[in-house]
Amino acid sequence: MEAFWIILTGSLIAISCGLLGCYLVLRKMAMVGDAISHAVLPGIVLAYLFSGSREAIPMLIGAAVIGVLTTILIELFYKKAKLQIDASIGITFTWLFAIGIILISVFAGQIDLDQDCVLYGEIAYVPLDLWVSEGGLNLGPRSLWISGTLLIILLIFIKISYKALFITTFNEDFAKALGINVAFWHFALMGSVSLTTVVSFESIGAILVVAFLIVPPSAAYLLTHELKKMLLLTSVLAILAAIGGYYLAAWLNGSIAGAMATVCGIEFFGIWIALQVKKLFSKKQSFKHELQPVE
Amino acid sequence: MKETIEFLSFSDPNVRFVVIGTMILGATAAMVGTFSFLRKRALIGDAIAHAILPGVCLSFMVSGEKNPLGLIIGAMLTGWLSLFLIDAISRTSKLKNDAAIGIVLSVFFGVGILLLTSIQQSGNAAQAGLDHFLFGKAASLTKIDLMIFSGIGLFLILVVVLLYKEFKLISFNPDYAKSVGLPVKLLEFILATITVLSVAVGIQAVGVVLMAALLITPAAGARFWTNKLSSMIIIAVILGATSAFFGSYVSYIAPSMPTGPWIVMFLSILTIASIWFAPKTGMLAKFKTRSQNKKKMLLENILKVFYHLGEKEEDFKVPRTFEDLKKTRNLTPSELNKGLSQLKKKNMVRKSLDTWMITKTGLFEARRIIKLHRLWEMYLNQRLKLEPDHVHNDAEAIEHIITPEIERLLEKELAFPTIDPHQSKIPYNES
Repeated sequence: MEAFWIILTGSLIAISCGLLGCYLVLRKMAMVGDAISHAVLPGIVLAYLFSGSREAIPMLIGAAVIGVLTTILIELFYKKAKLQIDASIGITFTWLFAIGIILISVFAGQIDLDQDCVLYGEIAYVPLDLWVSEGGLNLGPRSLWISGTLLIILLIFIKISYKALFITTFNEDFAKALGINVAFWHFALMGSVSLTTVVSFESIGAILVVAFLIVPPSAAYLLTHELKKMLLLTSVLAILAAIGGYYLAAWLNGSIAGAMATVCGIEFFGIWIALQVKKLFSKKQSFKHELQPVE
Repeated sequence: MKETIEFLSFSDPNVRFVVIGTMILGATAAMVGTFSFLRKRALIGDAIAHAILPGVCLSFMVSGEKNPLGLIIGAMLTGWLSLFLIDAISRTSKLKNDAAIGIVLSVFFGVGILLLTSIQQSGNAAQAGLDHFLFGKAASLTKIDLMIFSGIGLFLILVVVLLYKEFKLISFNPDYAKSVGLPVKLLEFILATITVLSVAVGIQAVGVVLMAALLITPAAGARFWTNKLSSMIIIAVILGATSAFFGSYVSYIAPSMPTGPWIVMFLSILTIASIWFAPKTGMLAKFKTRSQNKKKMLLENILKVFYHLGEKEEDFKVPRTFEDLKKTRNLTPSELNKGLSQLKKKNMVRKSLDTWMITKTGLFEARRIIKLHRLWEMYLNQRLKLEPDHVHNDAEAIEHIITPEIERLLEKELAFPTIDPHQSKIPYNES
């Protein structure tokens, strides 16, 4: 049963991250996603501190605010200070992450967060933290409920705003011409990314969120041009990574989150190498055609 | 205070190791990072830092011990591999460079975490301390670490000094470097190697995530102080070393404070301060020039209003009301008020009762601007063959910018014309 809870939670988180990640990859903002996932750390620590517990609501608000703040900071460095974009991203997230770690050290006695957890989470503890109703009814792991809710919210968000996200992703100028508020959708997406990061944080940590955000969507993108197919394919790859990761971790007796990221990588590099081999093969064939003797 | 003196006196050997060690790391990372920054590869450093973890773990699994040299060799292997993969992915697929970096970074780190946790569970006692690669161990640097850091640091400095010219060329103009016959691929490989090497040692001070800051943040700050590569490297090195010094100071007087994050904190603060306060290119300097230009344009435009009104009536000495001035050129009342009072200070306009009149000095200046405007219109019309109704807006912008040198050239080029394309007279000041 424990395996089932962990795989299910992992799958839910992986799908949530993957769906959003599709948009990040298509918008060429993969590293912004990476930056946000690191930068939410001070937001999480402050929320822990003020609410005194792992209350979901203040944490989510804090995270969404910090996520949007991160994007604004990056844009300030980029547009106002005229720094190149990669340096703007790098400076912003390392700075915020450093603040987060410093806050953890300052309030070490008051918050139950440690550095290891920040980096790779504790998905193995998911089945231990059960949600028991007042009547004593066991409703299953708490994380499962939270990540399930997150996925439903994201699915509704993507369903409702599918068209707007589609147009702003593929043709920003056209979207502007149609009168769509491009900046709003940009920040809505960034807000969702930071929300997802925070929810996934406890289970898989800040850095492995990035693996789920970027790797399955990139693998799916190699295989298809259609957004709908890409979203679907990403979800399938995400679930496979969650299942495969659990058993890989069990076999090596290591971190489950790390193993899930590893399986994401195996999926991606498998697809990539297969495509390269195919390309090589078709090139050779066309070469043969060219060598046909001229009559 | 007592702690500060203790810290500064360097009497405690541990203080010496920590301070000198982190300063060497900060300085060399800043030096190497300047090239990554200039080649727009800031985030590649981040990817290398993450990719080093599985290399360290693999090296430990193979050798079964924490031999510093062995760990660095393992780190370099996966660091190289990550660079190769990033390049290969973005070259052979439709994925962009940033996605390639993200993929390599997170997957390598995932593998590293899996291996590291697996080693930790294995019960091998020698593994304790491997996780220093995750968070850094600045506060517990030893004499041996210091010796390794200085050795590698000296080596890196030597490489950069010897190949300075070549690195400079491939950073600024790789195509040119290729055309003059430099082995660009080899040089890029050497640069990549010293980056991996400096990350592999630097990571032990600040940890995986913050390593990127040690590479790029000093370079970004230094960029605002100079346009010259050699000075930029020196400033970046100073920023890196200073932050390392203060970072270790904070964790010395407050032992619960982590050194790495504080180094990054100081680096970020110094860089943001540079962005704001650097002369010429800093934000404040830019704001200042911009507001000065805006003011200059406003004053010149108001003088032009006086001139246009006077030209129409063929009398420049007529006093003008506020309303007259305002409606001729759609100025807001507050702009006009500010402009007039500043012109009055410069003795270019005079106020009597509620009317304003242009003075001799003011008229001299007004003529100059009108002349530049009309000369430029002439130039566009005659030399660039633009229609007369297309030249006004351009002249409206450039009249504020033309220098005396260009003014003289224009006059000579057009042979002191008297009439502009709109048949208005071009006024010349008697010199």
